[in-house]
Amino acid sequence: MSKKPVEKKSDPKTTGHIWDGIQEFDNPMPRWWLWTFYATIIWGIGYTMLYPAWPLISGVTHGLWGGSTREEVAADIKAFDDANAAIEAKLAAAPLASIATDAELGPFAQNAGKAVFQTWCAQCHGAGAGGAKGFPNLLDNDWLWGGTIDDIHYSVTHGIRNTTDADARFSQMPAFGDILEPADIDAVVNHVLNISGQEHDAALAAKGVQVFTDNCAACHGVDGKGDRAQGAPNLTDAIWLYGGDAATVTETVTKARFGVMPAWTGRLSESDIRAVASYVHSLGGGEQ
Amino acid sequence: MGILEKHKILEKNASLLLVGSLLVVTIGGIVEIAPLFYLQNTIEKVEGMRPYTPLELTGRDIYIREGCYVCHSQMIRPMRDEVERYGQYSLAAESMYDHPFQWGSKRTGPDLARVGERYSDEWHVAHLTDPQSVVPESVMPKYGFLLNREIDTQDIQAKLETHAMVGVPYTSEMIEAAKADFAAQADPDSDYAGLEERYTKVQVRNFDGQPGVSEMDALVAYLQVMGTMVDFSTFQPDPNR
Repeated sequence: MSKKPVEKKSDPKTTGHIWDGIQEFDNPMPRWWLWTFYATIIWGIGYTMLYPAWPLISGVTHGLWGGSTREEVAADIKAFDDANAAIEAKLAAAPLASIATDAELGPFAQNAGKAVFQTWCAQCHGAGAGGAKGFPNLLDNDWLWGGTIDDIHYSVTHGIRNTTDADARFSQMPAFGDILEPADIDAVVNHVLNISGQEHDAALAAKGVQVFTDNCAACHGVDGKGDRAQGAPNLTDAIWLYGGDAATVTETVTKARFGVMPAWTGRLSESDIRAVASYVHSLGGGEQ
Repeated sequence: MGILEKHKILEKNASLLLVGSLLVVTIGGIVEIAPLFYLQNTIEKVEGMRPYTPLELTGRDIYIREGCYVCHSQMIRPMRDEVERYGQYSLAAESMYDHPFQWGSKRTGPDLARVGERYSDEWHVAHLTDPQSVVPESVMPKYGFLLNREIDTQDIQAKLETHAMVGVPYTSEMIEAAKADFAAQADPDSDYAGLEERYTKVQVRNFDGQPGVSEMDALVAYLQVMGTMVDFSTFQPDPNR
């Protein structure tokens, strides 16, 4: 460890303060620091002249260059809207069935639809459209309200069982806990297990046929294959929205289900709705 | 060196320096903050803002209690990507009845300023109970216990009174009916005509799908009203703001 001796100037300028023998040099600021400091002052004055800055009595200074984040974002959005205006107008006017096969609209709808889906639909239906308990899988060919492009377009536009759109798809399953005796519910659940090809109590299932015919067949059909006009699911396939085991089916029959989907009209443009309908239709289960 | 010599007086007198700095900060504060209170420019008039209903206000308190603001902001900034994802950028007027506001500065989860009416009640209950059941990639904790916690309505009237005290325009009628309005909003079978009259466009539903008014009811009611009050079909943004 070598200690450099403090260089002593021949006549060091000090501030003249002395505390306990300690003195303070009075050296000038480094040049680079001083000029940077002056530059920031000039920049500051320039900034307040060019951009909105000073509050006055009845308003604010708008600055020579103006500058408004609202104008910027509006211009930004308009630039993209303008760029897509032609094709979006074409998409909004094209017959729904022809979108997928159109050489220009098809790829556009597919890409735009995927973006819309990831932003607005993925939270319920899943990023891969595989659904979740209570939120339908859109990849299979089992549809509650119909799987043609027109059906999907209607569901997206108006939604299901929401209170905001008068044209929303609507149906309501009664809570049979208030209507049927527990023994009858038990019987009808076993009947449903039977027609869906699961293990069941044969005696109870036989008793459940009549209960089903009297209470469920109006919507789900005598054979339990469902009715799309009422959004009543097919009970004979192995596809379940809430679960197909005895406990879950009992819960469904007792308390009923009331799945809601928001209406997207007003929130999304017609071309966006068509794009996402076309995208969902293309996922695997789309019907002609 | 006249003025610099005088500066010595301040430098050598700690109390005087303190008073001097306080004065400087005060002037800065007045110039920057005071105009926000009187300039019409900063307070945009919008159609549709109303105070929160007692149930929504309770939900808002649960939102704060559970620290939702730590991960979720409530302010959509005026940028294209945010407007495309969340909707119309937030206006100052939209949080004028928020005490304190929930703008936030941290987004681990998405912005919630316009989450209202975007998802179904059932989705909110499923998502709050087990977020990963509907969004597998989510890192949000589970809040299922809210379903089991009934709300004690004892302080609901006082809650409204407190907000009225800091400037939220709750009428005496609203405060008197607070308890009844609270129960009515979560029960579609009740007589909620009065509630609808007092609070425009109020959503009356059994939000959590089970009997009674749980904390889940209140939180979902709050989430479902967020960002939905202002009617943007008639809104003309003034670019000079």
